[in-house]
Amino acid sequence: MERITLAHGDGGELAHKLITDVFVSMFHNDHYAKFDSATLTWGAHELAVTTDSFVVKPLFFPGGNIGKLAVAGTINDLAVVGAVPKVLTCGFIIEEGFSIRDLKTIVQSMAEEAKKANVTIVAGDTKVVERGSADGLYINTTGIGVVSRPLDRKICEGDSVIVSGSVGDHGVAILVARGELGLVSTVESDCTTLYPLISKALKASNHIRLMRDPTRGGLATTLVEICEDFGVTIELEEDRIPIKKEVEGACELLGFDPLYLANEGKVVMIVPKEDEQAILDVLRSQPEGKDAAVIGTVRATNKGQLLLRTPLGTTRRLYRLTGLMLPRIC
Amino acid sequence: MLDVMDSPTHSALSRTLLQEVRMLASQFQQTFGRVPSFMEVCGSHTMALARTGIKKALEGYVRLISGPGCPVCVTDQVTIDAMISLTNGSDRIICTFGDMMRVPGSYGTLMQAKTEGKDVRVVYSPVDAVRIAEQHPHQEVIFLGIGFETTIPILAAAVKEAEEKQIHNFSMWMSTKLVEPILRRLLHDGEVLLDGFLLPGHVSMVMGREHFEFLATEYGLPAVISGFEALHMLSAIRHLLMSALKQRAIVLNDYKSVVAEQGNKQAKYWMNHYFTLCDEAWRGIGVISQSGMDFKKEYDRFNAKIKFSVSTSEPRRTKCRCGEVIRGLIDPPQCALFGKACTPINPIGPCMVSSEGSCAAYYQYMREE
Repeated sequence: MERITLAHGDGGELAHKLITDVFVSMFHNDHYAKFDSATLTWGAHELAVTTDSFVVKPLFFPGGNIGKLAVAGTINDLAVVGAVPKVLTCGFIIEEGFSIRDLKTIVQSMAEEAKKANVTIVAGDTKVVERGSADGLYINTTGIGVVSRPLDRKICEGDSVIVSGSVGDHGVAILVARGELGLVSTVESDCTTLYPLISKALKASNHIRLMRDPTRGGLATTLVEICEDFGVTIELEEDRIPIKKEVEGACELLGFDPLYLANEGKVVMIVPKEDEQAILDVLRSQPEGKDAAVIGTVRATNKGQLLLRTPLGTTRRLYRLTGLMLPRIC
Repeated sequence: MLDVMDSPTHSALSRTLLQEVRMLASQFQQTFGRVPSFMEVCGSHTMALARTGIKKALEGYVRLISGPGCPVCVTDQVTIDAMISLTNGSDRIICTFGDMMRVPGSYGTLMQAKTEGKDVRVVYSPVDAVRIAEQHPHQEVIFLGIGFETTIPILAAAVKEAEEKQIHNFSMWMSTKLVEPILRRLLHDGEVLLDGFLLPGHVSMVMGREHFEFLATEYGLPAVISGFEALHMLSAIRHLLMSALKQRAIVLNDYKSVVAEQGNKQAKYWMNHYFTLCDEAWRGIGVISQSGMDFKKEYDRFNAKIKFSVSTSEPRRTKCRCGEVIRGLIDPPQCALFGKACTPINPIGPCMVSSEGSCAAYYQYMREE
């Protein structure tokens, strides 16, 4: 009998298969499955709705905690569809014995993160489960935003691909924080609310085609999904993708590919070539976007492939993450 | 990839080096009338050569053959089946490196055993398994000890910790492999024509450069110890080509920042303190005398093979050609199962599932659809 494995939750090939085979096929709504948030027309307004659950381990990590992650992650999902995030709800599943002091720290971070985007937390739910039934604390958040300027999602040949900063920081910060690898690193998670940054970019250009926040599965998996969903071929330039030295070092040591590590404070955008510089200038003027870079180009609007040009001049195709990334033995 | 703090000089240097390698390879072809063939022994090199694009960039110039350097891939099917069947006992916690979780046994995987409720845990160091044993004194903790010389000292470190803490519920099911005997077997069999070896940086870190002198002195082949970045590997291939052109057999250490002439004496001491040479069965090759390490008799109390008996039936036969892949006889796409019946999500053989396997490297980095 086929069963759920941990690999079904890593955002890669198996997660994709699970979503398409089970949820999309049974909920009969494959159009919305393409986007981070669903956009719904409600009277005169267009609303964006998203939901996400957070089960990160450890709950506290350099650069944030599960609460900050939950609020930032949900706001980011709204922001990348061009919505102004307005309200959040949150559900807590708490394991018996959990420290109230830690809970207060986490909730305080949620309040601070929501404030950054002027978002109100309006409703919630609390469940306590027996010791051993949960890993300390799980949080579910649902977000609603108002779409003031929908993205046209019309990707054209020659469009540029921009990433707002270095990739893989969150993935490495979490791996190190787990303490299982015996690594010491100064890398902090990039976990942050991107709405203020994205709203400035939207003011700099009226023609941003599409945005995504490359979380689980990393930059590569996110762009593979865009290529497949929109039928476009994107070519990335490997030596233009910003990666911190510490992240690259950890990846070399463990045999990981930074392009597949999770990010929690980065946005990837597809923009017209002529708007590229204006958007880059705005992103780089903000601390969250100071390392923003143009990392690739839309080569064609058929085929739906993600390609990577290596510094040696060869090109290889990138696919979704297949299976869990695990450190090598030797 | 661009480091946000640096300028991209690596890229220009890599391209220059690549051009030089191609030029030397063309000279070799003109001199000897064939493409030079080098074997990378290490699975991490296999992955890195594919990921950096070197393998593709050298197509038609240099044949890079993946050797038997992935610890998961070379583990015999009977051993894999035995390791998986260890989960059948009650009150046991099986600890393993993550790579083993999805390796197909004849009748299931460790991952399946875990989803069915067996206590199988991924650890990042065997020492973590000792700590688990300490925390669960009423259960038996068994670590699945696979790996080459890079890993064996870490296994020894775990046994040392268990010994010092007097932990009696910890043991290891050893199936370790040594590089020298398998290289000798490959060269003795002569199934693949080789002009040199790209030697494993990590194994050499433990064993030292001089350990590989036999390749030059006994077999007349050049070999270069290399790191894992594109520049390291291109530099090593350049050295190999220069030696092969001059028909000069030397073993060169091109990874001096990490590898010492005599290796890591401390690591070798602890390896030999707890373990002794033993015969090992290699996938697709068979038993090679004295090609692995197992517990010395006086440490039988840590030997899971002595503590627990497992029953395995005859391994299920498939059309998987991993055995030929690790001997360098075929490239992964030449296996009829590659990319069709056998993918990383549904692997038939270990070379497709291991993060150091050549089929996985091809699938992830060199597959074209």
